[in-house]
Amino acid sequence: MLELRELTVRYGAETAVDAVSLTIPDGPFGVGLVGESGSGKTTIARAIMRLVAASGGSVLHDGEDVLRARGGALRAYRHAVQIVFQDPDLTLDPRMRIGTAIAEGMRAHGRVSREAAAARVSTLLGEVGLEPEHAGRLPHQLSGGQRQRVAIARALAVEPRMLVLDEPTSALDVTVQARVLELIAALRQQRSLSYLLISHNLAVVEQLCEQVAVLYRGHLVEVGPTAELLDRPAHPYTRALRAAVPELDEALPAPAIRPDATADAAPVTDGCPFADRCPMVLDRCRDERPELRELEGRRVACHRAEEAIELPLEPPRG
Amino acid sequence: MSLIVRDLRIGFGDRTVVDIDVLEVGDGAIVGLVGESGSGKSITSLAIIGLARSAGAWVEGSIELDGRELTTLDESQWRELRGDRIAMIFQSPVSSLNPVFRVGDLFVRALRLHGATKAEARDRAARAMREVVLSPDLLRRYPHQLSGGQAQRVAIAMAVALRARVLLADEPTSALDVTVQAEILELIQRMRREEGISVLFVSHDLAVVSGLCDRVAIMQDGQIVESGATGPTLRAPAHPYTQRLVAAIPRLGSAHA
Repeated sequence: MLELRELTVRYGAETAVDAVSLTIPDGPFGVGLVGESGSGKTTIARAIMRLVAASGGSVLHDGEDVLRARGGALRAYRHAVQIVFQDPDLTLDPRMRIGTAIAEGMRAHGRVSREAAAARVSTLLGEVGLEPEHAGRLPHQLSGGQRQRVAIARALAVEPRMLVLDEPTSALDVTVQARVLELIAALRQQRSLSYLLISHNLAVVEQLCEQVAVLYRGHLVEVGPTAELLDRPAHPYTRALRAAVPELDEALPAPAIRPDATADAAPVTDGCPFADRCPMVLDRCRDERPELRELEGRRVACHRAEEAIELPLEPPRG
Repeated sequence: MSLIVRDLRIGFGDRTVVDIDVLEVGDGAIVGLVGESGSGKSITSLAIIGLARSAGAWVEGSIELDGRELTTLDESQWRELRGDRIAMIFQSPVSSLNPVFRVGDLFVRALRLHGATKAEARDRAARAMREVVLSPDLLRRYPHQLSGGQAQRVAIAMAVALRARVLLADEPTSALDVTVQAEILELIQRMRREEGISVLFVSHDLAVVSGLCDRVAIMQDGQIVESGATGPTLRAPAHPYTQRLVAAIPRLGSAHA
């Protein structure tokens, strides 16, 4: 189990992630993390992987604080939690054969003989839907979808219990994406994996995640069971996200929140981070930041959540 | 204005990557050109705006804009036409704007190229910005100081200011958040409704295309394998490739984990 407790990440004066608390239970279980670009999704992923330093709060893995872990404890954590990036080319060295790339992680994390590693590579390739022959290829000899499967195999090589999946299918064509999503679903059952799935695609999150967390400008604004959040969003920003998804054979969604016509987002002061774009904003929202609180099976940070949750999903077209 | 592409072949060296019999964008129509990566949809739109050759490709066949053949234009004729009659917006809006000029100067340079005085140009730029719901204050900014949605609206405002009649949009919302995507799509619809512009909308996203476009053409391996009115084509696709594309779209409400 992985627990973020008031995780905060600052880049200079800017707070990218502001006191986010979130739990990813043991697998098989998926938690989706959604929000617009710049909302802090990838920063959270990087903080979990210790690729950026947290400025405050903690990340607990089975109760141990991983942000302060060193030596053996850190190695054990790096076995347990692995990351898959949007662009497999960032993970794969263009001059390294696929088999070597997969075995590299395995061997870095423990003493494995060359023969044993080769056998494991074949098994892993099979598990992600590739052939043993692929081990001898170079990354550019594979398609984008195949390279992402290799990145997943490489992550699985150290037998992790949890994956951080950062937009794993966003760079793939839709038919390829569908097959990679099926792969993730199958692996999660076979290996009892849990994952944090970062995606801008709510339908992808719905397909793979029991829970979803919604970020806005570094703040967690709503978190709870996926089906309930998507059917009856309680935060106006979740509603806007949900309403903006274009669907086949339906009229385009009307823009649900005010466009950022003037440029800089108003600096978040004491009030709600969403106040300057919120269609339901009150004076109170500008002065008093709403805390996350329980409402109908989820946690939501909005003064008007009780009203928002009762509103019909599609805003009237104007 | 209408655009008709006939017997268009595009290739690199001895490899033909596009072979289109016919593709038509009627006056005031929005037509979707859909395909996956490598299908040839982007190089097709570059050929239509006369930029395929500078990308190293050869182009054969006919591209007519209101009866005027475009494939035989030279670069100076193209400079007059581009922006003035036909404009293009790209997937990454920030990098499609010249980074060394302020947004306002980009407008002035483009408009003066097409005969406006400096004062006229400034005036038209401010009006075009308001038309795409942006504050004219943004004219003082550099492109990198804009958000992705703002930059895409600036690119559209530039097409508006130049009074382009045909807009080629190559994945214009693929890099944007869904809430921003909804704004841009609404803007494109409004441009068509109010200005009567014609749009060729190149996209991999069938859900967006189904809501935006009157007609759709599906491209696979350089060829249009199916085309027709958007609703019927996507509701009952005839070609196996279109069927696969439609089936692969992740849809909300179709699965609960």
